Amino acid sequence: MARLSLRHLSKRFGTHAAVHDLTLDVADGELMCLLGPSGCGKTTTLRMIGGFAAPDAGDIQINGRSVVALPPERRPTAMVFQRYNLWPHMTAAQNIAFGLRLRRLPRGQIEAKVRDALGLVGLPGAGHKYPHQLSGGEQQRVAVARALVLEPQILLLDEPFSNLDARLRVHMREEVKQLQRAVGITTVFVTHDQEEALTIADRIAVMKDGVLQQVDTPAALYARPRTLFVADFIGTMNLLPARIEAGAVAAGPWRLPAAGGLRPHGGEATLAVRPEDLVLDPAGAPVRVRRVVNLGHYLQVLLECPGVAPLRMFTEKGASLEEGQGVRVRISRALLFSGPDVAELGGPMRPPVAAPAEAP
Amino acid sequence: MSVGWYWAVGGLRRAVALGAFLALAAFILGPLLTLLLWAFAGSWLFPNLLPEFSLKWWAYVLGNADVTKAIRMSFLSAPAATLLSAVICIPAAYAFARLEFPGRRVLLLSFLSANAFPKIGLYVSIATLLYRLNLMDTFAGVVLIQVINTLLFMIWIPTGTFRGINRNLEEAARDVGAGPLRTFFQVTLPIALPGLLVALLFAFLAAFDEAQGTLIVGTPNHITMPVMMYTLVLSYPQPVGAVFSVLLSLPSLVFLLVAQRYLRAGYLAAGYSL
Repeated sequence: MARLSLRHLSKRFGTHAAVHDLTLDVADGELMCLLGPSGCGKTTTLRMIGGFAAPDAGDIQINGRSVVALPPERRPTAMVFQRYNLWPHMTAAQNIAFGLRLRRLPRGQIEAKVRDALGLVGLPGAGHKYPHQLSGGEQQRVAVARALVLEPQILLLDEPFSNLDARLRVHMREEVKQLQRAVGITTVFVTHDQEEALTIADRIAVMKDGVLQQVDTPAALYARPRTLFVADFIGTMNLLPARIEAGAVAAGPWRLPAAGGLRPHGGEATLAVRPEDLVLDPAGAPVRVRRVVNLGHYLQVLLECPGVAPLRMFTEKGASLEEGQGVRVRISRALLFSGPDVAELGGPMRPPVAAPAEAP
Repeated sequence: MSVGWYWAVGGLRRAVALGAFLALAAFILGPLLTLLLWAFAGSWLFPNLLPEFSLKWWAYVLGNADVTKAIRMSFLSAPAATLLSAVICIPAAYAFARLEFPGRRVLLLSFLSANAFPKIGLYVSIATLLYRLNLMDTFAGVVLIQVINTLLFMIWIPTGTFRGINRNLEEAARDVGAGPLRTFFQVTLPIALPGLLVALLFAFLAAFDEAQGTLIVGTPNHITMPVMMYTLVLSYPQPVGAVFSVLLSLPSLVFLLVAQRYLRAGYLAAGYSL
C-alpha cells in the first residue's frame, strides 16, 4: 500500500521549464490522471517518478521515503510506456518473467506468477508468442502484466493506449480501470485525452506549460474549473468576453446579476458557460439558431448571438428548433473569470450531463 | 493483389522482364562460375565446352609451404583484427548512439578519415610509426593495420543499430530491476545482434581482404592471402589463382550462412511495431 507525494518538483530542459514547482499527493489505491496538452510536462513528471529523469529541484516520496536518489531499477514503481514496451527477442512469457528472474525466484513460482499475470490481463494462451505476433492491444496488455507481476507500489502509465484505434482504446481503459480497482494499486496515468481522464480517474491533475493548474475529481473539475485554461480544456465550454458593471455582469446580449464582491481587473473578464447551461426560456435574450446537430439523445445547437462568437447549446431532443429560427435563451449558470478571481453566477451547480466530452 | 499488375500486362513485357533478370544474373554469377570452373579444371582445351574435372591445382596450392603459411596468417590475423575492433568499437558505438558529449559529431566523422584519403599514403606514415615501435614484420603490426580498415564499419553500422533501438526498451529493463550492464547485455545487445553481425561481417571482410597495408607492414615474413595473390597471379598458372580466389571467398560464404539464421529470425523480419 503506497502513498505518492511530489514536493515542489521542477525540471528544466535548457532554458525551458518542463515542470515548475509541482506539488501533488496521490492517495493509496488512487488513480490519478495527469492531463494536459502535449508539452505540458506530464510525461516528464511521470518519468521523474519512474526514475528516468532527475528533477532539478524538489522531492519524490513514496510512503514518506524519498526515492529521488534511487535509479529506476531500485524504485518500487513500474512503468507502461506509450509504445515499444516489449523486448522483441523474448516471448510474452519471457518478457513478464524477466523481472522475476532478476529477483531469483524459484522456477515454479515464476511460471505460476507469469500464468496468473497473463490471466489477469486476459491473455492466458499468449505466453509463447513473440511481440510481433501480438496485436497492438495485446502488446500493451502484456506490458501491463509485466508491470503488475512485480507487485510494484506505484503503477505508472504513459499514454498506454494512444496508439490503439478508438474502439480498442475505450475498451482497454475500461479494463485498466477494473484491473486497477481489483488490484488496488496506486496509479499515475498520463494522458492528453480529457475523455479518457474523465472516465477512469479518481482525481485529475491538469497541467499547462509545466505548471499544475488544478487537482480535483472529474465531476468537480467539470463543474468548478478554477482557471480559464481548465474551463476551456475540460469538456465543452462557451467563452464570452464580459464586462463587470455595478452589481451585474454584461456579456453579449445577457446581463447577469452578480452577488457582490466582484472586482474588475482592468475591466477584462471572461464568462464561461457550459452548453447545457444555456436554456430555452421566453424571458431570455433573443438569439438565432444557426445549426442543429442531432447527437442521438440530445441536440447540439449552434447559436448566433449579437456581439459574441457563435455559442454551443445542448438541449433536449424534444425541442423543435429549425435553422434560422429566432429563439430566446437564458444563461442558467456561468463562471466569471476576472484576473485570478473566479466567481460562480446563477443557480446551483449542476452535475455533469451525459457526454461532457463532445466529439471534436 | 500487389503483383496483379504483373500478370495483367501481357506476355511481351513479361518476356522482357525475364530477359533482363537473366542478363543481370549472368552478369553477377558468370564470373563466379568461371572461377569455380577454373578452380576444378585439369586441362581445358579449345573444342571442349567444359574442362575435365581435377583437384590437382588444389593439391598444388595446398602443398606449397608459402601458400599454407599465408592462409594460416590470414585466418589468424583477420579474426584477431575483427575481434579487437569489436571490443574497441562496439562500446564506442553505443556511446555515440546514446550519449551526448562535446565533440561527438567530429569524433564520429573522424572515423571516416581513414577511408577518406588514398590509403597508401596513410599506410606509409603508419609504417614509419610501426617501425619505431618495432612492430614492422610482426603479427601485431599486421593486425593493427587491418583494424584500421575495419573501424568505419564497426563504428558506423553499430551506431546506427543502437540508435535504432528505442530507449523505452532499455528503460523498461531498468524499470523491472536490471542494472545498466545487465540491460545492455540482456536487452540491447540481443536486439542489436543482427546489425552487429552485419558489421562484423563487413569488418572481417575488410580485414581479410586487406593487401596494401599488410604488404608494407608484414613483408617478408607475415604475408596474408591477398598479398600472396599478387605473387600467384603474376607467376603461377591461371587455375592457381582461381583456387586461391575460391579459398578467399570461403570465409565470407560460411559467415553469411551462419548469419542468415539470425538475420532472418522472426522478430527482425516482422518489423516489430505498434
